[in-house]
Amino acid sequence: MKLNRRHFLGTGIAASALLTAPTVWGQAKPKVVVIGGGAGGATAARYLAKDSDGAIEVTLVEANPIYTTCFFSNLYLGGFYEFEKLQHGYDKLTGAGVTVINDMATGVDRAARTVTLAGGQVLPFDRLILSPGIDFRDGSVPGWSLDAAEIMPHAYKAGPQTQLLKKQVEEMPEGGVFAMIAPPNPYRCPPGPYERISMVAHILKSKNPTAKIIIADPKEKFSKQALFEDGWNRHYAGMVEWIGPDFGGGKVEVRPEAMEVVIDGEVTKVACCNVIPGQKAGKIAEIAGVTDDSVWAPVHPDSMKSKADENVWVLGDSSAQGDMPKSGFSANSQAKVAAMAIRGELTGSKTFPAKYSNTCWSLIAPDDGVKVGASYEPTPEKIASVESFISEVGEDAALRKATYEESLGWYAGITADMFG
Amino acid sequence: MTTARRSCIAAVLFALGTLPGASEEIGDAARGADLFARQCKACHQIGEGAKNRVGPQLNRIFGRRAGSVEGFTYSRSMARMGADGLTWTLQTLDAYLANPKALVSGTRMNYRGMAEPEARAALLAYLRDWSDRPQDIPEPEPTARKTDPDLAPEVLALRGDPDYGDYLASECQTCHQADGSDQGIPSITGWPEEDFVIAMHAYKQKLRPHPVMQMMASRLNDEEIAELAAYFATLK
Repeated sequence: MKLNRRHFLGTGIAASALLTAPTVWGQAKPKVVVIGGGAGGATAARYLAKDSDGAIEVTLVEANPIYTTCFFSNLYLGGFYEFEKLQHGYDKLTGAGVTVINDMATGVDRAARTVTLAGGQVLPFDRLILSPGIDFRDGSVPGWSLDAAEIMPHAYKAGPQTQLLKKQVEEMPEGGVFAMIAPPNPYRCPPGPYERISMVAHILKSKNPTAKIIIADPKEKFSKQALFEDGWNRHYAGMVEWIGPDFGGGKVEVRPEAMEVVIDGEVTKVACCNVIPGQKAGKIAEIAGVTDDSVWAPVHPDSMKSKADENVWVLGDSSAQGDMPKSGFSANSQAKVAAMAIRGELTGSKTFPAKYSNTCWSLIAPDDGVKVGASYEPTPEKIASVESFISEVGEDAALRKATYEESLGWYAGITADMFG
Repeated sequence: MTTARRSCIAAVLFALGTLPGASEEIGDAARGADLFARQCKACHQIGEGAKNRVGPQLNRIFGRRAGSVEGFTYSRSMARMGADGLTWTLQTLDAYLANPKALVSGTRMNYRGMAEPEARAALLAYLRDWSDRPQDIPEPEPTARKTDPDLAPEVLALRGDPDYGDYLASECQTCHQADGSDQGIPSITGWPEEDFVIAMHAYKQKLRPHPVMQMMASRLNDEEIAELAAYFATLK
């Protein structure tokens, strides 16, 4: 950004703030607290700090000093991406004027407009952004709880769990069975479980070709299904078995101690089991009281503002907004709309109609990438899809390779957009 | 290529041209031959025994995937457009000749573009003579050209609100890095505004093949495209 341009914009904002938000004048700067430093929270914090030119005090609360992105963690699993490259610090956000606090938010008092941290600190806010991602629903997979995650990992929050799952896959005995318990809708990253299957199959194909993969799935159909099934047939023929609800994929029990999976009463001994449980909004959204019976947090489609509180925004996976999938791309897109709306309320800067978009790339095998995407706009009821596209079965190798290379570019782009 | 064959195609074109509501004939192939000799021949060969030189040989270019002539080393940008699905048709070749870098940003073809629509039509008619006869291929490329109005100068010149540019550009920056880094997605920083506007309209009209870009461009109006062009042109 050219300095003179930024300077010009900054002057404009300050001037309009004087005219339209006189209450701000002469008082402390307005405060925004952001909880969660992922695709939603980091992007929102960065855009608020960058675009308000210091007129808003932005504090980001994130438990991990180094963030590991969930997106692209499947590529690490398949050996296509290094773990270290999934990790990002917050130095540049600090440099951009965001106060980053590495602590866990444990309480929200919406009446007093304060957030309490595990370390005891109390942060006052004028506007609060909740972007805590997902948590798991208790009891959604009989026999499994978080206590069993060291034996049967979920690997659906990236970090040590992802590393554990990779280690387990690589150490599977010859001809062993890898089982995935796929989650019910809605959940984070719709193609994620099936890209993960592709990555596991890729490893097993070279290291352990007689191994088998079974997926127990409670859903009738899944994201990019035709593309994945075509890819599995082409690259991993005979290795992958998908068990949908018609064949008992939704009637599942796991026995971590015995390393057994029971599907519709039939017991299978497994060498590795990835349990991706049913999901809900991140816990702090529940604590803040902005979730409803759906276990997600309803928001206004034109701004991402919580329907429960006019000073609270909910971004990304935790929000219930309509048609957008729960993805890093979606959260990043929503964060920019939210940052614009909040800046408008706090400094009087101009606001524009919300536009949202999403694209999800998936890797099926080396140089065989596919994608799905859509653009979205708010309607009174929800964020609605206006146009969409998806890769086609039978595309040539050059296009699939280009799609994969594009996904690498996207990862570099979105992480630069999030973390600076 | 014999004269007999050329006149045969001309006859077919003439017949098409007489149908009610038919498209316009491609153009004046004789003038095209002259234009080719003066503006293209230094780098491109066409006709019997044509070989790759500075540029690829141009026989049977219609219906061919961009960047696909065997033995020719293309720019990364042209290879990417080919992989994305860009195929040479009357419409895409016309856009490419009008402004090569607007259709294929990083093309190595060192040619400024041919502004006059009739001149491009003439050149296309000439190139078309060296492609397959439409009746001999199962799904023939059109031999006539849809009249496709060029962008009006006022569309190229629209400028508006820099705050709006900031907001609109944030959507692009999920993938396109503001500092111009290209790690798999091309840089759009520092483009001449006119190239940017033409490129976005090429996506909007689905001349450029990329589905994400077609979708992004389809919901931008002329003002918004101009705004983004101004934003990224001045971004440093």
